[in-house]
Amino acid sequence: MELGKGTVQVGKTAVQLAKSNNTGTSRFKTFFKELSKQKMLMLMSLPFLLWVIVFKYLPLWGWTIAFQKFKPAKDLFDQKWVGWDNFKFLFQEQQFYRVLRNTLVMSSINLVLGFVTAIVLALLLNELRNVFFKRTVQTISYLPYFISWVVAANIVQMALAPEGIINVLLVKAQLIDHPILWLGEGKYFWGILGVTEVWKNVGWNTIIYLAAITSIDPSQYEAAEIDGASRLQRMFYITLPGIKPVIVLILIMNLGHILESGFEAQYLLGNGMNLDYSENLDIFVLKYGMQMNNFGLATAAGMFKTLVSFIFLIAANNIAKRMGESRLY
Amino acid sequence: MAKSKTNSYRNSSLGDRIFDICNTIFMILLVIVTLYPFLNMFALSFNEANDSVRGDIYIWPREWTLRNFEYVFSESNIFFSTFVSAARTVIGTVVSVFCTAMLAYTVSRPEYKLKKFVSVTFIFTMYFSGGLIPGYLLIKELNMLNSFWVYIIPGIIGVFNMIVIRSFIEALPEGLMESAKIDGAGDFITFSRIVLPLTVPALATVSLFVAVYQWNSWFDVFLYNSSTPSLSTLQYELMKMLSTSNTAMSSSSAADAFANAQGNKATVTPTSIRATMTIVASVPIIIVYPFLQKYFVKGMVVGGVKG
Repeated sequence: MELGKGTVQVGKTAVQLAKSNNTGTSRFKTFFKELSKQKMLMLMSLPFLLWVIVFKYLPLWGWTIAFQKFKPAKDLFDQKWVGWDNFKFLFQEQQFYRVLRNTLVMSSINLVLGFVTAIVLALLLNELRNVFFKRTVQTISYLPYFISWVVAANIVQMALAPEGIINVLLVKAQLIDHPILWLGEGKYFWGILGVTEVWKNVGWNTIIYLAAITSIDPSQYEAAEIDGASRLQRMFYITLPGIKPVIVLILIMNLGHILESGFEAQYLLGNGMNLDYSENLDIFVLKYGMQMNNFGLATAAGMFKTLVSFIFLIAANNIAKRMGESRLY
Repeated sequence: MAKSKTNSYRNSSLGDRIFDICNTIFMILLVIVTLYPFLNMFALSFNEANDSVRGDIYIWPREWTLRNFEYVFSESNIFFSTFVSAARTVIGTVVSVFCTAMLAYTVSRPEYKLKKFVSVTFIFTMYFSGGLIPGYLLIKELNMLNSFWVYIIPGIIGVFNMIVIRSFIEALPEGLMESAKIDGAGDFITFSRIVLPLTVPALATVSLFVAVYQWNSWFDVFLYNSSTPSLSTLQYELMKMLSTSNTAMSSSSAADAFANAQGNKATVTPTSIRATMTIVASVPIIIVYPFLQKYFVKGMVVGGVKG
């Protein structure tokens, strides 16, 4: 309290001084004087500043666990330091590379499939002439995005069961003789995951492209129509180039998330039989940390992921900025 | 319509019409693929469980029954978990949206001296996280394990949501807030009486995002509260069913085992319970989101492109 009062008083004299001599220190003092008038704004924001420090910045301190042989039973300050041992162990672990491979492959599949399908669907939706039909399709296409992964995984599991709809249809179409245990074999997992992600997110992902399409100058379409361009030609030569900046931006931002292959889908659809293909970095961390109580190794793996992601994100952001597109943040 | 100058099929209106037909068929297929799983769950949840085992239930129940729903809600853990899910959705959404909007208001005020500092501190957190283990230890150290508040407090501010609301407030005419100031209103009064009512579209978007997140959450239950059954949520209960049948692999053999264990009196099967719970877990969302469509589409564009 006293300290605060002092600042205010010093601030007052500073303003008088500032009239004749606008130095750096006096500007600093003016800053505090003006800030002291914004008590309500501070009251409305500083509790959340405290919150963000505790819940978002404080856990960073937990990275020290990566350099410890961490025993959950012991006190936080009472742990044994082991230097880079956890990282050395991690990078020698065969399983870590398999998990890394799975993460990169699955996120690449998701990126390419998700990206292409969303653009194609946006282009096709844009060509629908009946407004009511278009809106209905859009509304329905957003539905899977809002349901939980638990529900989605349930749906996928039931559809892929031996007597599920996929096997029934394939047997009826005589493409296969016997029902296939789709989730029981690792080689199908990446494909299943890619299709599931598309099913869940494609509608939602069209929003941004459809918004970009609406900002294309309509006179371009009129000119093309007079010149006799067909629907497909207009799509390829006007709509697609028109949304190119947004496509590039989203692509770059997605590349920044290359280590984020998702967690829930793999965890919920994964099982003992497809483990070699379904386990990704996040599941690796969960398994070592929470189930095997090897907190040090799990934190080292998590730290590796966050740091690499951070570099990718900053790089992606800077590339987007340099290309003159609006940055995400 | 398009007047063709040449006879090339690409330029003729016939080509356009074929395109339209293919496009419409494609969209109908998309709608079927999207809706079929839900209709199938609906049919299974209202169909006699033992009859469902015979197969061939697609989008409409064959033998109507409410038995599955009666069973699901008579199981005290499922009933109670639905209540916990609803409670965290309502409380979490109200608290989070109010706090996020308040923070967004402060960082939208051009005269606020800490505006830059506060927004940068928050936005920076979008690029990293402490990760699973440090996060878990933090919750443990804060004594928030096995408590309801672990659902609310760690997620109180959503940075993306803050950006959506801030962009919306910044687009309001500045005169409104200035005249409130002249009339002697403080910042909190200006925020609650003037800004909040005018930000309803943004608040609706953000509320939807938060509510969906809260309703769909299961991982925080699994991580922090799995030893307290009274704090379990509907999604977590459903998730547990999913992982048991994962180990059983074939759902029909699991159903047989279940039926045998219960003798011939079995009126429900794991499949029918799963379908019923899936319906209970998705119906609230299915009912709400279409009404907010025009808001969240705008919110996504503002938050995603402008930022």
